[in-house]
Amino acid sequence: MSGLAKRIIPCLDVDRGRVVKGVRFVDLVEAGDPVVIARAYDGQGADELVFLDITASAEERETMVHVVEAVAGEVFIPLTVGGGIRNLDDVRRMLHAGADKVAINTAAIQRPAFVSEAAARFGVQCIVVAIDAKQVAADPPRWEIYTHGGRRPTGIDALDWARRMAAAGAGEILLTSMDRDGTREGFDLALTRAVSEAVPIPVIASGGVGALEHLAAGILEGRADAVLAASIFHYGEYTVGDAKRYLAASGIEVRL
Amino acid sequence: MSTSVAVIDYGMGNLRSVSKALEHAGNCRVAVTAERDRILAADRVVFPGVGALRDCMAELRRRDLEEVVRHCLAHKPFLGICLGMQALLDFSEENQGTPGLGVMAGRVLHFDGRIPSAGAQGPLKIPHMGWNRVHRVRAHPLWADIPQDGWFYFVHSYYVQPEHAEGVAATTEYGLRFTSALAWDNVFAVQFHPEKSQHLGLRLLANFLRWDGTWNGTV
Repeated sequence: MSGLAKRIIPCLDVDRGRVVKGVRFVDLVEAGDPVVIARAYDGQGADELVFLDITASAEERETMVHVVEAVAGEVFIPLTVGGGIRNLDDVRRMLHAGADKVAINTAAIQRPAFVSEAAARFGVQCIVVAIDAKQVAADPPRWEIYTHGGRRPTGIDALDWARRMAAAGAGEILLTSMDRDGTREGFDLALTRAVSEAVPIPVIASGGVGALEHLAAGILEGRADAVLAASIFHYGEYTVGDAKRYLAASGIEVRL
Repeated sequence: MSTSVAVIDYGMGNLRSVSKALEHAGNCRVAVTAERDRILAADRVVFPGVGALRDCMAELRRRDLEEVVRHCLAHKPFLGICLGMQALLDFSEENQGTPGLGVMAGRVLHFDGRIPSAGAQGPLKIPHMGWNRVHRVRAHPLWADIPQDGWFYFVHSYYVQPEHAEGVAATTEYGLRFTSALAWDNVFAVQFHPEKSQHLGLRLLANFLRWDGTWNGTV
Protein backbone atom coordinates (compact mmCIF):
# COMPACT_ATOMS: atom_id res chain seq x y z
CA MET A 1 0.00 0.00 0.00
CA SER A 2 2.68 2.47 0.97
CA GLY A 3 6.26 2.08 -0.01
CA LEU A 4 7.32 5.05 2.07
CA ALA A 5 10.32 4.16 4.24
CA LYS A 6 10.52 5.00 7.92
CA ARG A 7 13.36 7.45 8.41
CA ILE A 8 16.36 7.39 10.73
CA ILE A 9 17.67 10.83 11.58
CA PRO A 10 20.88 11.47 13.50
CA CYS A 11 20.80 14.74 15.43
CA LEU A 12 23.83 16.97 15.99
CA ASP A 13 24.10 19.75 18.54
CA VAL A 14 26.17 22.65 17.25
CA ASP A 15 27.71 25.33 19.44
CA ARG A 16 29.45 28.23 17.69
CA GLY A 17 29.96 26.17 14.56
CA ARG A 18 31.29 23.03 16.21
CA VAL A 19 29.51 19.76 16.96
CA VAL A 20 29.36 19.21 20.71
CA LYS A 21 28.41 16.30 22.99
CA GLY A 22 31.31 14.28 21.66
CA VAL A 23 31.01 12.46 18.41
CA ARG A 24 33.49 9.64 18.89
CA PHE A 25 33.38 7.53 15.77
CA VAL A 26 35.58 9.90 13.78
CA ASP A 27 39.13 11.07 14.51
CA LEU A 28 39.42 13.28 17.54
CA VAL A 29 40.65 16.16 15.41
CA GLU A 30 37.59 15.96 13.20
CA ALA A 31 35.06 15.15 15.90
CA GLY A 32 33.74 18.69 16.03
CA ASP A 33 33.60 19.34 12.30
CA PRO A 34 29.96 19.38 11.14
CA VAL A 35 30.88 18.61 7.52
CA VAL A 36 32.98 15.58 8.40
CA ILE A 37 30.29 14.19 10.67
CA ALA A 38 27.47 14.91 8.24
CA ARG A 39 29.43 13.15 5.50
CA ALA A 40 30.02 10.16 7.75
CA TYR A 41 26.31 9.80 8.59
CA ASP A 42 25.40 10.28 4.95
CA GLY A 43 27.78 7.42 4.12
CA GLN A 44 26.12 5.22 6.76
CA GLY A 45 22.73 5.77 5.11
CA ALA A 46 21.14 8.47 7.30
CA ASP A 47 17.83 9.52 5.74
CA GLU A 48 18.06 13.12 6.94
CA LEU A 49 20.11 15.17 9.36
CA VAL A 50 18.99 17.54 12.08
CA PHE A 51 21.30 20.27 13.34
CA LEU A 52 20.33 22.00 16.56
CA ASP A 53 22.06 25.30 17.12
CA ILE A 54 22.67 25.60 20.86
CA THR A 55 24.85 28.71 20.53
CA ALA A 56 23.92 30.93 23.45
CA SER A 57 24.70 34.36 22.02
CA ALA A 58 22.66 35.76 19.16
CA GLU A 59 25.75 37.40 17.62
CA GLU A 60 27.41 34.06 17.07
CA ARG A 61 24.34 32.51 15.47
CA GLU A 62 25.52 33.71 12.07
CA THR A 63 28.09 30.90 12.30
CA MET A 64 25.26 28.40 11.82
CA VAL A 65 24.54 29.83 8.38
CA HIS A 66 28.08 28.95 7.32
CA VAL A 67 27.76 25.47 8.82
CA VAL A 68 24.59 24.87 6.80
CA GLU A 69 26.20 26.21 3.62
CA ALA A 70 29.22 23.97 4.06
CA VAL A 71 27.19 20.85 4.80
CA ALA A 72 24.62 21.48 2.04
CA GLY A 73 27.46 21.81 -0.47
CA GLU A 74 28.61 18.26 0.19
CA VAL A 75 25.77 16.20 1.60
CA PHE A 76 22.73 15.66 -0.59
CA ILE A 77 20.07 14.50 1.83
CA PRO A 78 17.49 16.68 3.61
CA LEU A 79 18.81 18.97 6.33
CA THR A 80 16.75 20.44 9.15
CA VAL A 81 18.05 23.29 11.27
CA GLY A 82 16.61 24.18 14.67
CA GLY A 83 17.53 26.52 17.49
CA GLY A 84 17.14 30.27 17.40
CA ILE A 85 14.63 30.39 14.53
CA ARG A 86 12.60 33.40 15.66
CA ASN A 87 11.33 35.25 12.60
CA LEU A 88 10.78 34.99 8.85
CA ASP A 89 14.23 36.36 8.21
CA ASP A 90 15.84 33.54 10.21
CA VAL A 91 13.84 31.03 8.16
CA ARG A 92 14.83 32.67 4.88
CA ARG A 93 18.53 32.76 5.83
CA MET A 94 18.62 29.08 6.74
CA LEU A 95 16.71 27.93 3.65
CA HIS A 96 18.87 30.12 1.48
CA ALA A 97 21.99 28.63 3.03
CA GLY A 98 20.79 25.18 1.96
CA ALA A 99 18.58 23.91 4.79
CA ASP A 100 15.45 22.10 3.59
CA LYS A 101 13.47 22.59 6.77
CA VAL A 102 13.64 24.69 9.89
CA ALA A 103 12.46 23.55 13.32
CA ILE A 104 10.55 26.19 15.26
CA ASN A 105 10.02 25.76 18.98
CA THR A 106 9.91 28.69 21.44
CA ALA A 107 8.99 31.27 18.81
CA ALA A 108 5.87 29.26 17.94
CA ILE A 109 4.76 29.29 21.57
CA GLN A 110 5.43 33.00 21.90
CA ARG A 111 3.55 33.78 18.69
CA PRO A 112 1.70 30.89 17.03
CA ALA A 113 0.92 33.02 13.95
CA PHE A 114 4.65 32.84 13.11
CA VAL A 115 4.12 29.21 12.03
CA SER A 116 1.26 30.12 9.66
CA GLU A 117 3.22 33.04 8.24
CA ALA A 118 6.32 30.91 7.65
CA ALA A 119 4.26 28.12 6.07
CA ALA A 120 2.45 30.56 3.80
CA ARG A 121 5.69 32.18 2.71
CA PHE A 122 7.98 29.16 2.33
CA GLY A 123 5.60 26.19 2.08
CA VAL A 124 4.46 23.71 4.71
CA GLN A 125 7.10 21.22 3.61
CA CYS A 126 9.89 23.22 5.22
CA ILE A 127 8.24 24.08 8.53
CA VAL A 128 8.85 21.63 11.37
CA VAL A 129 7.37 22.47 14.76
CA ALA A 130 9.51 21.13 17.60
CA ILE A 131 7.56 20.18 20.71
CA ASP A 132 9.21 19.46 24.06
CA ALA A 133 6.66 17.64 26.19
CA LYS A 134 6.64 16.41 29.77
CA GLN A 135 4.11 14.13 31.43
CA VAL A 136 2.05 15.95 34.08
CA ALA A 137 -0.62 13.35 34.90
CA ALA A 138 -0.62 9.56 34.86
CA ASP A 139 -4.21 8.41 34.57
CA PRO A 140 -5.39 9.38 32.11
CA PRO A 141 -1.95 10.44 30.84
CA ARG A 142 -1.45 14.11 30.03
CA TRP A 143 1.56 15.93 28.68
CA GLU A 144 2.37 19.62 28.67
CA ILE A 145 4.71 21.75 26.61
CA TYR A 146 7.89 22.96 28.26
CA THR A 147 10.42 25.50 27.06
CA HIS A 148 14.03 26.33 28.00
CA GLY A 149 15.26 22.75 27.81
CA GLY A 150 12.35 21.38 29.81
CA ARG A 151 12.69 23.78 32.72
CA ARG A 152 9.82 26.17 32.06
CA PRO A 153 6.22 24.91 31.94
CA THR A 154 3.74 26.65 29.66
CA GLY A 155 0.52 24.99 30.82
CA ILE A 156 -0.26 24.08 27.18
CA ASP A 157 -1.53 20.56 26.55
CA ALA A 158 0.81 18.73 24.17
CA LEU A 159 -1.90 17.08 22.06
CA ASP A 160 -3.87 20.31 21.71
CA TRP A 161 -0.71 22.10 20.71
CA ALA A 162 0.26 19.47 18.13
CA ARG A 163 -3.20 19.69 16.54
CA ARG A 164 -3.07 23.46 16.56
CA MET A 165 0.37 23.56 14.95
CA ALA A 166 -0.65 21.08 12.24
CA ALA A 167 -3.67 23.26 11.48
CA ALA A 168 -1.45 26.36 11.43
CA GLY A 169 0.63 24.89 8.62
CA ALA A 170 3.41 22.80 10.18
CA GLY A 171 4.53 20.13 7.72
CA GLU A 172 5.99 17.88 10.38
CA ILE A 173 6.35 17.61 14.17
CA LEU A 174 9.59 16.88 15.98
CA LEU A 175 8.41 15.50 19.30
CA THR A 176 10.82 15.25 22.22
CA SER A 177 9.95 13.69 25.56
CA MET A 178 11.70 15.77 28.21
CA ASP A 179 11.17 12.90 30.68
CA ARG A 180 13.17 10.55 28.47
CA ASP A 181 15.70 12.86 26.84
CA GLY A 182 19.20 11.78 27.86
CA THR A 183 17.99 8.73 29.83
CA ARG A 184 18.63 6.07 27.15
CA GLU A 185 15.48 4.29 28.40
CA GLY A 186 13.61 4.56 25.12
CA PHE A 187 10.99 6.91 23.70
CA ASP A 188 7.87 7.84 25.65
CA LEU A 189 5.77 5.55 23.46
CA ALA A 190 2.39 6.62 24.85
CA LEU A 191 3.20 10.25 24.12
CA THR A 192 4.54 9.45 20.65
CA ARG A 193 1.50 7.41 19.72
CA ALA A 194 -0.95 9.96 21.12
CA VAL A 195 0.61 12.79 19.12
CA SER A 196 1.04 10.72 15.96
CA GLU A 197 -2.64 9.74 16.06
CA ALA A 198 -3.72 13.30 16.84
CA VAL A 199 -2.23 14.93 13.73
CA PRO A 200 -2.43 14.22 9.98
CA ILE A 201 1.23 15.22 9.42
CA PRO A 202 4.40 13.14 9.97
CA VAL A 203 5.86 12.89 13.48
CA ILE A 204 9.55 12.43 14.32
CA ALA A 205 10.04 10.73 17.70
CA SER A 206 12.90 11.99 19.84
CA GLY A 207 14.31 11.62 23.33
CA GLY A 208 15.58 8.54 25.13
CA VAL A 209 17.05 6.20 22.51
CA GLY A 210 19.65 3.91 24.08
CA ALA A 211 19.24 0.75 22.01
CA LEU A 212 18.12 -0.35 18.56
CA GLU A 213 14.90 -1.89 19.87
CA HIS A 214 13.88 1.57 21.04
CA LEU A 215 13.92 2.77 17.42
CA ALA A 216 11.69 -0.13 16.34
CA ALA A 217 9.29 0.46 19.24
CA GLY A 218 9.01 4.14 18.36
CA ILE A 219 7.78 3.17 14.91
CA LEU A 220 5.72 0.06 15.68
CA GLU A 221 4.19 1.09 19.02
CA GLY A 222 4.66 4.84 18.91
CA ARG A 223 3.59 5.02 15.25
CA ALA A 224 6.29 7.56 14.50
CA ASP A 225 7.09 8.27 10.86
CA ALA A 226 10.74 8.91 11.67
CA VAL A 227 13.04 8.36 14.63
CA LEU A 228 15.75 10.71 15.80
CA ALA A 229 18.73 9.72 17.90
CA ALA A 230 22.02 11.22 18.95
CA SER A 231 24.22 9.38 21.41
CA ILE A 232 23.83 5.81 20.12
CA PHE A 233 25.24 6.97 16.80
CA HIS A 234 27.74 9.54 18.07
CA TYR A 235 29.53 7.11 20.34
CA GLY A 236 29.86 4.62 17.53
CA GLU A 237 27.88 1.94 19.38
CA TYR A 238 25.81 1.48 16.28
CA THR A 239 25.94 2.86 12.78
CA VAL A 240 22.84 4.09 11.02
CA GLY A 241 23.24 1.02 8.80
CA ASP A 242 23.09 -1.28 11.87
CA ALA A 243 19.90 0.49 12.94
CA LYS A 244 18.34 0.08 9.51
CA ARG A 245 19.16 -3.60 9.30
CA TYR A 246 17.61 -4.06 12.73
CA LEU A 247 14.44 -2.24 11.67
CA ALA A 248 14.25 -4.21 8.43
CA ALA A 249 14.50 -7.44 10.41
CA SER A 250 11.60 -6.17 12.54
CA GLY A 251 9.47 -5.89 9.41
CA ILE A 252 9.83 -2.14 9.01
CA GLU A 253 10.34 -0.64 5.54
CA VAL A 254 13.64 1.25 5.45
CA ARG A 255 15.90 2.58 2.72
CA LEU A 256 18.83 0.19 2.62
CA MET B 1 33.81 22.33 -22.79
CA SER B 2 31.45 21.92 -19.85
CA THR B 3 27.73 22.22 -20.34
CA SER B 4 25.86 25.28 -19.09
CA VAL B 5 22.74 24.92 -16.98
CA ALA B 6 20.23 27.58 -16.05
CA VAL B 7 18.30 26.91 -12.85
CA ILE B 8 15.24 29.10 -13.22
CA ASP B 9 14.91 31.31 -10.16
CA TYR B 10 11.37 32.51 -9.73
CA GLY B 11 11.38 32.76 -5.95
CA MET B 12 9.94 29.32 -5.24
CA GLY B 13 12.23 27.31 -3.04
CA ASN B 14 15.67 26.22 -2.22
CA LEU B 15 17.68 26.64 -5.39
CA ARG B 16 21.05 26.47 -3.73
CA SER B 17 20.66 22.72 -3.15
CA VAL B 18 19.79 22.20 -6.79
CA SER B 19 22.78 24.15 -8.08
CA LYS B 20 25.20 22.55 -5.59
CA ALA B 21 23.96 19.08 -6.48
CA LEU B 22 24.37 19.78 -10.22
CA GLU B 23 27.93 21.02 -9.68
CA HIS B 24 28.66 17.94 -7.62
CA ALA B 25 27.09 15.60 -10.18
CA GLY B 26 29.12 16.56 -13.23
CA ASN B 27 31.17 19.01 -15.19
CA CYS B 28 28.89 22.00 -15.63
CA ARG B 29 28.50 25.74 -15.18
CA VAL B 30 25.35 26.49 -13.24
CA ALA B 31 23.57 29.84 -13.18
CA VAL B 32 20.67 30.32 -10.79
CA THR B 33 18.90 33.05 -12.68
CA ALA B 34 15.70 34.87 -13.58
CA GLU B 35 17.35 36.64 -16.52
CA ARG B 36 15.69 35.81 -19.79
CA ASP B 37 18.83 35.99 -21.91
CA ARG B 38 20.89 33.79 -19.60
CA ILE B 39 18.14 31.18 -19.52
CA LEU B 40 17.82 31.22 -23.31
CA ALA B 41 21.59 30.98 -23.76
CA ALA B 42 22.02 27.96 -21.48
CA ASP B 43 22.53 24.49 -22.96
CA ARG B 44 19.95 23.03 -20.62
CA VAL B 45 17.40 24.16 -18.08
CA VAL B 46 16.27 23.03 -14.65
CA PHE B 47 12.84 24.18 -13.48
CA PRO B 48 12.64 23.49 -9.73
CA GLY B 49 10.21 24.64 -7.10
CA VAL B 50 8.34 23.87 -3.93
CA GLY B 51 5.14 25.39 -2.62
CA ALA B 52 1.84 26.34 -4.22
CA LEU B 53 1.16 26.26 -7.97
CA ARG B 54 -0.85 29.49 -7.83
CA ASP B 55 2.18 31.33 -6.43
CA CYS B 56 4.44 29.60 -8.95
CA MET B 57 2.37 30.78 -11.93
CA ALA B 58 1.99 34.27 -10.47
CA GLU B 59 5.76 34.57 -9.91
CA LEU B 60 6.56 33.30 -13.41
CA ARG B 61 4.31 35.97 -14.90
CA ARG B 62 5.49 38.69 -12.57
CA ARG B 63 9.05 38.01 -13.68
CA ASP B 64 7.97 37.74 -17.28
CA LEU B 65 9.32 34.19 -17.52
CA GLU B 66 6.36 32.21 -18.76
CA GLU B 67 7.25 32.52 -22.44
CA VAL B 68 10.90 31.76 -21.72
CA VAL B 69 9.92 28.57 -19.90
CA ARG B 70 7.63 27.59 -22.79
CA HIS B 71 10.43 28.21 -25.27
CA CYS B 72 12.86 26.03 -23.29
CA LEU B 73 10.22 23.30 -22.94
CA ALA B 74 10.10 23.11 -26.70
CA HIS B 75 13.80 23.45 -27.47
CA LYS B 76 16.35 22.17 -24.96
CA PRO B 77 16.97 19.45 -22.40
CA PHE B 78 14.56 20.39 -19.64
CA LEU B 79 14.27 18.97 -16.12
CA GLY B 80 11.25 19.83 -13.98
CA ILE B 81 11.46 19.07 -10.26
CA CYS B 82 8.50 18.80 -7.85
CA LEU B 83 6.39 21.93 -8.37
CA GLY B 84 8.35 22.36 -11.61
CA MET B 85 6.74 19.09 -12.73
CA GLN B 86 3.24 19.91 -11.51
CA ALA B 87 3.31 23.27 -13.32
CA LEU B 88 3.56 21.44 -16.66
CA LEU B 89 0.02 20.03 -16.40
CA ASP B 90 -3.23 21.74 -17.44
CA PHE B 91 -4.81 22.26 -14.11
CA SER B 92 -4.37 21.80 -10.36
CA GLU B 93 -7.21 21.45 -7.91
CA GLU B 94 -5.21 23.55 -5.44
CA ASN B 95 -6.84 26.83 -4.34
CA GLN B 96 -10.22 25.96 -5.85
CA GLY B 97 -8.56 25.38 -9.19
CA THR B 98 -5.35 26.79 -10.64
CA PRO B 99 -4.34 26.52 -14.31
CA GLY B 100 -0.80 25.37 -15.06
CA LEU B 101 1.32 25.73 -18.21
CA GLY B 102 -0.67 22.98 -19.89
CA VAL B 103 2.15 21.45 -21.92
CA MET B 104 1.09 17.98 -20.70
CA ALA B 105 -2.59 17.05 -20.65
CA GLY B 106 -3.76 16.17 -17.17
CA ARG B 107 -4.45 17.36 -13.66
CA VAL B 108 -2.71 17.86 -10.32
CA LEU B 109 -4.59 16.27 -7.41
CA HIS B 110 -4.35 16.35 -3.61
CA PHE B 111 -3.72 13.09 -1.72
CA ASP B 112 -6.35 14.01 0.87
CA GLY B 113 -9.45 11.84 0.49
CA ARG B 114 -7.77 9.71 -2.19
CA ILE B 115 -5.51 7.58 -0.01
CA PRO B 116 -6.68 5.30 2.81
CA SER B 117 -7.40 7.23 5.98
CA ALA B 118 -6.72 4.17 8.15
CA GLY B 119 -4.61 1.04 8.03
CA ALA B 120 -2.57 -1.28 10.21
CA GLN B 121 -0.11 1.51 10.89
CA GLY B 122 -2.76 4.23 11.13
CA PRO B 123 -3.65 6.77 8.45
CA LEU B 124 -1.11 7.75 5.82
CA LYS B 125 0.32 11.15 6.62
CA ILE B 126 0.17 14.17 4.31
CA PRO B 127 2.57 15.55 3.08
CA HIS B 128 4.02 12.39 1.57
CA MET B 129 7.42 13.04 3.08
CA GLY B 130 10.48 10.84 2.95
CA TRP B 131 12.13 8.15 0.84
CA ASN B 132 10.03 6.06 -1.49
CA ARG B 133 10.65 3.71 -4.41
CA VAL B 134 10.60 4.89 -7.98
CA HIS B 135 9.38 2.23 -10.41
CA ARG B 136 10.54 2.91 -13.96
CA VAL B 137 7.93 2.08 -16.56
CA ARG B 138 9.92 3.20 -19.59
CA ALA B 139 13.55 3.25 -20.63
CA HIS B 140 15.07 6.70 -20.79
CA PRO B 141 18.62 8.14 -20.91
CA LEU B 142 18.01 9.75 -17.49
CA TRP B 143 17.48 6.33 -15.91
CA ALA B 144 20.97 5.14 -16.90
CA ASP B 145 22.59 3.18 -14.04
CA ILE B 146 19.63 3.79 -11.76
CA PRO B 147 18.22 0.56 -10.32
CA GLN B 148 14.59 -0.41 -10.71
CA ASP B 149 12.62 0.61 -7.58
CA GLY B 150 15.47 2.81 -6.33
CA TRP B 151 14.90 5.14 -3.38
CA PHE B 152 14.31 8.85 -3.89
CA TYR B 153 13.28 11.65 -1.52
CA PHE B 154 9.76 13.08 -1.81
CA VAL B 155 7.94 15.90 -0.11
CA HIS B 156 4.57 16.89 -1.55
CA SER B 157 0.82 16.87 -0.92
CA TYR B 158 -0.26 17.00 -4.58
CA TYR B 159 0.54 14.55 -7.37
CA VAL B 160 0.15 14.65 -11.15
CA GLN B 161 -2.33 12.59 -13.08
CA PRO B 162 -1.56 12.83 -16.81
CA GLU B 163 -4.41 12.12 -19.17
CA HIS B 164 -2.39 9.74 -21.31
CA ALA B 165 -0.10 6.96 -20.13
CA GLU B 166 2.57 7.57 -22.81
CA GLY B 167 4.17 10.38 -20.86
CA VAL B 168 4.59 8.36 -17.66
CA ALA B 169 8.24 7.44 -17.03
CA ALA B 170 7.89 6.14 -13.45
CA THR B 171 5.34 5.46 -10.73
CA THR B 172 5.45 5.37 -6.93
CA GLU B 173 3.08 3.89 -4.32
CA TYR B 174 1.61 5.92 -1.52
CA GLY B 175 -1.85 4.64 -0.74
CA LEU B 176 -2.32 4.76 -4.49
CA ARG B 177 -0.01 4.48 -7.48
CA PHE B 178 0.91 7.94 -8.72
CA THR B 179 3.12 9.26 -11.52
CA SER B 180 6.54 10.11 -10.10
CA ALA B 181 8.26 10.90 -13.41
CA LEU B 182 7.14 12.18 -16.81
CA ALA B 183 9.07 12.16 -20.07
CA TRP B 184 8.43 13.32 -23.58
CA ASP B 185 10.74 14.64 -26.32
CA ASN B 186 13.32 16.91 -24.61
CA VAL B 187 11.46 17.11 -21.30
CA PHE B 188 11.94 15.04 -18.15
CA ALA B 189 10.09 15.86 -14.94
CA VAL B 190 10.15 14.27 -11.51
CA GLN B 191 8.00 14.59 -8.41
CA PHE B 192 10.90 13.64 -6.12
CA HIS B 193 13.95 15.75 -5.31
CA PRO B 194 17.06 14.39 -7.05
CA GLU B 195 19.11 17.11 -5.31
CA LYS B 196 18.18 15.52 -1.97
CA SER B 197 18.24 11.88 -3.01
CA GLN B 198 21.87 11.10 -2.27
CA HIS B 199 23.83 9.07 -4.82
CA LEU B 200 20.85 8.02 -6.96
CA GLY B 201 19.73 11.64 -7.20
CA LEU B 202 23.22 12.76 -8.19
CA ARG B 203 23.35 10.02 -10.80
CA LEU B 204 20.08 11.20 -12.32
CA LEU B 205 21.44 14.76 -12.43
CA ALA B 206 24.66 13.52 -14.02
CA ASN B 207 22.57 11.73 -16.66
CA PHE B 208 20.67 14.96 -17.28
CA LEU B 209 23.94 16.87 -17.76
CA ARG B 210 24.97 14.39 -20.46
CA TRP B 211 21.57 14.13 -22.13
CA ASP B 212 21.27 15.57 -25.64
CA GLY B 213 17.53 15.96 -25.22
CA THR B 214 16.55 13.24 -27.60
CA TRP B 215 14.55 10.17 -26.78
CA ASN B 216 12.96 7.79 -29.22
CA GLY B 217 10.38 6.68 -26.67
CA THR B 218 11.09 2.97 -26.99
CA VAL B 219 11.50 0.65 -24.05
